[in-house]
Amino acid sequence: MSGKMSGINISEISVGDALPERQHTATNVSLFLYNAIIWNPHRIHYDETYTTQVEKHPGIVIDGPLQGDWLNQVVVNWMGEAGTLATFNYSNRRASYLGETLTSGGSVTAIDADAGIVDVELFIKNAAGEVITPGTAQVRLT
Amino acid sequence: MSELISAEARSWIGRSAEPVRIEISRTDIKKYSIATEQQQEKFLNGDEAPSMFMFGALRPVVPMDQLGPDGIAAESFLPDLPLKRVMAGGTEMTFHRPVKPGDVLIATKTLHDLIPKEGKSGPLIFVVTKLRVETEGGELVLEEQQTRIFR
Repeated sequence: MSGKMSGINISEISVGDALPERQHTATNVSLFLYNAIIWNPHRIHYDETYTTQVEKHPGIVIDGPLQGDWLNQVVVNWMGEAGTLATFNYSNRRASYLGETLTSGGSVTAIDADAGIVDVELFIKNAAGEVITPGTAQVRLT
Repeated sequence: MSELISAEARSWIGRSAEPVRIEISRTDIKKYSIATEQQQEKFLNGDEAPSMFMFGALRPVVPMDQLGPDGIAAESFLPDLPLKRVMAGGTEMTFHRPVKPGDVLIATKTLHDLIPKEGKSGPLIFVVTKLRVETEGGELVLEEQQTRIFR
């Protein structure tokens, strides 16, 4: 894990540029630690019998906000120390379940070089290639 | 659809929870950063909180007897709704200043809207809340609009 994130230079980016993709495979342990630190006792993240029988999910649910954080990291890791995040939004469109491997990524949608502002579009896709969590962010270059 | 959200429930729109005062701890930032697989040293070392850290830090901390059978805490600013199963819906955040260990922050959550929807497996209620986080001195840190889906 590198301590230095290279960051971006506005003169070197173009609309349509892809942001680096990354894969995430949640485990029982990673979901436990995430829900512990966010103090989330919702049983759909650790109690499989309850999750399938009472809330009628097909399996343990990967937290929507955890996917939001992975989405957030796409833009934060891409910009590195070259900018600050001004706005960020996402929407959990479809649930995903323990055992799935998700892919995060994004692309540049607009550049305002004078104002030093870059807009990006972000996604989390499931193994079928469906975008389950789309988002956008605006970066202010410093 | 209008009966899905009663007039009584609707009257809660605009209601705020008591502001919460929270002390930001380096240890909590480090734990959050490991659990979310952060890659930057400043997050893993706890020097700065990742953008979504506050979402977790501000979840309700209430005695065990205030947790429902699903594990979820009842929140004082949200009405009782006829749909009981909850899912995350998404969020819109505006960042004004990074969050660092030692910060003492004041957070206020407000019920912004209750929106009835028809989903493919039945009725849904979108519960939209707003969060405003400031320093004790009144400097704005973060604004967020969050949606939870009741089904």
